[in-house]
Amino acid sequence: MATEFPLPRVLTYPASAPPSLIAQGAEGRLYKTTHLHADRPCALKYRPPKPYRHPILDARLTKARIAAEAKVLDRCYREGVPVPVVYALDAAAGWLMIEWIEGIPVRQGINEWLGERPEDDAPPAEDLDETPIVDLMKRIGQAVGSLHRTGVIHGDLTTSNMMLRPRPQGSEPEADAKKKAVAGDVILIDFGLATQSSSDEDRAVDLYVLERAFASTHPRAERLFSHVLEAYKHSFKKAHSVLIKLEDVRMRGRKRSMLG
Amino acid sequence: MSLETLEIDHIPSSHRIHAALFHDVSNTDFLHAQLLARNPDFDYTFLDASSVISRLHVLSAIYRAVTTQLEGSLTTATPHSEVVLSLSPNNNIADAYRRWGITPGKTKDIIVIKIVSGTEVPTPEDIWAHLTGAIKGTPAPLSDEEIAKATDWPKVRKYYSLNAVPALASVKDEEVRRREMERLAIMKMALRGL
Ligand SMILES: Nc1ncnc2c1ncn2[C@@H]1O[C@H](COP(=O)(O)OP(=O)(O)O)[C@@H](O)[C@H]1O
Ligand SMILES: [Mg+2]
Repeated sequence: MATEFPLPRVLTYPASAPPSLIAQGAEGRLYKTTHLHADRPCALKYRPPKPYRHPILDARLTKARIAAEAKVLDRCYREGVPVPVVYALDAAAGWLMIEWIEGIPVRQGINEWLGERPEDDAPPAEDLDETPIVDLMKRIGQAVGSLHRTGVIHGDLTTSNMMLRPRPQGSEPEADAKKKAVAGDVILIDFGLATQSSSDEDRAVDLYVLERAFASTHPRAERLFSHVLEAYKHSFKKAHSVLIKLEDVRMRGRKRSMLG
Repeated sequence: MSLETLEIDHIPSSHRIHAALFHDVSNTDFLHAQLLARNPDFDYTFLDASSVISRLHVLSAIYRAVTTQLEGSLTTATPHSEVVLSLSPNNNIADAYRRWGITPGKTKDIIVIKIVSGTEVPTPEDIWAHLTGAIKGTPAPLSDEEIAKATDWPKVRKYYSLNAVPALASVKDEEVRRREMERLAIMKMALRGL
């Protein structure tokens, strides 16, 4: 990929392979590169200086955000939440290097499963075995549950901020392409907006954000979302009261959208 | 010659990094005295290999030290001392030296690192001749196997707070467990100072 943007300094030095720009977001860029060796692929998240912000304020904000994201990843990883491990960082220079997660975003896996079915919401053919996609929904619920159990709120839960990492070869018999699309471990990524909280309200809002994002990204799979919540419910002790709170949050959401 | 020139991604070619390991060193007190006296001939990193997990662990510390130097923000006097600090999960330099530096009467296995940059770079042969003359011990390559012979795991677990980590609770296989601990240690190092 042609680099239309100046590389962060750390990526200007020689490496076993050139960095590639994977994503360009509002806040920063994500490169695929290597940590120390060719056999340690990593994601480098870079927040470039914002020319429209006061330079001192900008530097302080960038540093604080990189630091916050790294600390949340550390906490989650140690607690066994499925997230990438941190390899290296330079908060002042605005970059964070984390483990590269192989596989595809969950969004893509779900879309591949849904395939070219007609646009309607009609239930799938009787003979379609939905077990693989239902299992994926459960794994999403468990991953979010383990995150919340740890006292972390993601802040931007979507099926793009989750990866589906294939399990090591040979651990599962080969499946057909469709089944394969939704197989693997769910790894949560993108903790740029994460905060620490254990309140029902914050957890419920986190789930609500995911529910809305899911409905708009995968309208044909909306009815499957209940399996996410079902698995979430059993993933930690206080999950039950979070789901009760979620009813309130939905209600407020609906009122707000009615008011326009 | 057991001295290796390390290839590390994202380190400019202006820097050359050499490393080796010495087992059963009998003159640690002499080496320690040279460091204390800031003898310019002993511009090296000397690490106590019993506090080190693997090659990757060392390389991560070197990487941090060199990138810190390139950003002009060294906390210690030289990249060699910065490597020692870079192994620590906290900013206490004396503590880092006590844990990862060499201690007379205690340190038996030593990892040596030489970082050279600029114009007057000594050749690996020069460095090796000096090291083998100065260190009384058995040279070995800086491989995972050789480092593993020296690693004192209870100590490493204590230094990186790895004794009650939920993520390790379900890991039964000893080899997998060690790789996980290595990942956690490298992450702790990366987060130092935040
Ligand atoms: N650790 C990673 N491993 C593999 N791909 C990643 C990783 N982190 C991010 N990505 C990819 O880059 C995209 C953008 O990264 P993300 O952290 O979500 O940043 P942004 O804040 O720009 O959304 C992700 O949607 C994903 O496709
Ligand atoms: Mg994202």
